[in-house]
Amino acid sequence: MDITSPTFKENARGALADTQLQKALGNVRVGFIDKRRKAIDALPEFDALRDRAREIKNHTLDHLDLYLEAYEKKVIASGGHVHWAETAEDARQAILKICRAVSARTVTKGKTMIAEEIGLNEFLIEQGIKPIETDLGEYIIQLRGEHPSHIIAPAVHVNKEQVEADFRRVHVHLPPDRDLSEPEALLNEARRVLRQAYLDADVGITGANFLVAETGTSIIVTNEGNGDLTQILPKVHIVIASLEKLVPTLEDATQILRVLARSATGQDMSVYTTLSTGPRRPGDVDGPREYHVVLLDNGRSSMLGTEFQEMLRCIRCGACMNHCPVYHAVGGHAYGWVYPGPMGAVLTPSLIGVDKAGHLPNASTFCGRCESVCPMRIPLPKMMRHWREREFERGLNPATQRYGLKFWAFLARRPALYRFATSLAVPALSVFGGRKGRIHALPLAGGWTKHREFPAPEGKTFMQQWRQGKTANRQVAR
Amino acid sequence: MSAREAILGRVRASLHAPSNSDPRREVVADRLEKAPKGIIPERGQRDAEARVELFSTIAKTLAATVETVAERDDVPNAVARYLRERNLAPSFRMGDDKRLAAMPWSEQKSFEVKRGPTDGGDEVGVSHAFGGVAETGTIVMISGPENPSTINFLPEHHIIVVDAGDIDGAFETAIGRVRAKFGKGNMPRTLNFISGPSRSGDIEQKIILGAHGPRALHLIVVGG
Repeated sequence: MDITSPTFKENARGALADTQLQKALGNVRVGFIDKRRKAIDALPEFDALRDRAREIKNHTLDHLDLYLEAYEKKVIASGGHVHWAETAEDARQAILKICRAVSARTVTKGKTMIAEEIGLNEFLIEQGIKPIETDLGEYIIQLRGEHPSHIIAPAVHVNKEQVEADFRRVHVHLPPDRDLSEPEALLNEARRVLRQAYLDADVGITGANFLVAETGTSIIVTNEGNGDLTQILPKVHIVIASLEKLVPTLEDATQILRVLARSATGQDMSVYTTLSTGPRRPGDVDGPREYHVVLLDNGRSSMLGTEFQEMLRCIRCGACMNHCPVYHAVGGHAYGWVYPGPMGAVLTPSLIGVDKAGHLPNASTFCGRCESVCPMRIPLPKMMRHWREREFERGLNPATQRYGLKFWAFLARRPALYRFATSLAVPALSVFGGRKGRIHALPLAGGWTKHREFPAPEGKTFMQQWRQGKTANRQVAR
Repeated sequence: MSAREAILGRVRASLHAPSNSDPRREVVADRLEKAPKGIIPERGQRDAEARVELFSTIAKTLAATVETVAERDDVPNAVARYLRERNLAPSFRMGDDKRLAAMPWSEQKSFEVKRGPTDGGDEVGVSHAFGGVAETGTIVMISGPENPSTINFLPEHHIIVVDAGDIDGAFETAIGRVRAKFGKGNMPRTLNFISGPSRSGDIEQKIILGAHGPRALHLIVVGG
């Protein structure tokens, strides 16, 4: 997909002016937060499980090479195949080869963000293979020629009237006078249309929420059951997953599952949690005849051992974006690539470069809600700060900002000069504030005062007040 | 150099981990061998009677319907009643599960029992569960000719029979039983944890039942 992260500011401006989008984003602000809160309040062990989940992933990442080897061994022993892919292109080619070997014409897909990351749909279409998204949200945005705007609710930016219009435009074989005014009718129509697609597909592609080293198992989590129909009906099942999905054992997976759905949708568990190990067994009467895993690196191995390693604990629940005031305001597409919200602001620069994605870690108020709700306790604001530092080191931010920061650093390192400068600035700003104590316009800070007022200082600097307080205290003590 | 070697090499370089480090290998082997259980919530640790009750209570909140029968021979009656109450034809599909096969289906007049996997043409499927997980009202299904996976997903109505004695408190206990059945490090081809009927919230975050899987899930607990 095209990367529009470099124009984040323009994207955000467009999103704020988009009334359809703003209406749809209202559903994020109310729904997800309350549901998560209720689910967590009902499980007293939730925070202890978060700590446990963090430990499990930290341990796995510290031994990732060995767990990958153990996992591969078990996949092969259960009759499956593992394809290692260093880059997005390697992964696309591996998938194409498997599809070609069975002369695949149509491919059904369960929801996978990794397929978005490698631009799989566009690639398969170029190769003459038709990909069909089966998750309802993914199906809707595929019809619209869009990309997901949320990692677990891909069509959260779309309203039901828009879905109705899309279904009428595409499902032309159905009676034009049918009633599609209610979401139930839309769902039933998608169910009928996609049922045939499952049965006709030659290959089914799913992602993975976890890969289990102990048993060579891949795990997917869905509410619709689309991932299951995608993987049990076609001849071939391809799992596409990135390296950091590994966990050591089945118990490690269930520990993390306890925090995943609660953080994502506020369910105790998603409806279907499916553990798949290899292809059809002797005696089996259904299930895929081939089972392939495409293991994607695409920059992750280079994140290990750096200040961004902790991002590899992410289990893609979406809680960070559900609680993010910036995401609430602009939605997912403004972020300009696959991963939106706070997790995207940290991950995207790692995967496509800080030169392209430098705006994203700046699109944060550092309110800290993302970190406070992250089930894997990923310090997202701290990592955004690391990206800002790197952006500065590499000279990627605008000259005014750079000189401003340098000037600030010069002052901040010279306490006497700093105190002198602030002792001049504070009374000057008080004058700007007028009688109401609010500043409406300020030289060099037009970007701030254009949208809000700046509170004027109340006469004295912090250091001046501190000294006064100290003297006063001493007098009291005497 | 193969992609595999390149990736593993980069992972080791980033972690500053030599490939021949025995202490690291021992740590990993030990973890895989011992498979520590971790934290089991209190609600996953209740006694047998409380477990079955919790299982039923939570399953109902997930929009499943639950009934309890005294013994296996009562199941055909319960299935017949379910179909009648919903105006469904007296016909369903099931796999080769021996426990299901031993039930007195022939006592139900004009009952059509179809056997084997489904191709999507069956309105009702009947399965026997490997077990249940009380803490989340979850059913555990294992693939195979006894209970083909297609029956879990294609019919509109899925009726699952579960023995009360197979309902565990927590996921880790259920996994322990799967491990005991298939052997350490081995798994059935597909293991489904099922928590309620299929649903989607993808249109304006409104939850609607029956997205791609069954619209209705009916659980018959035997001996509860």
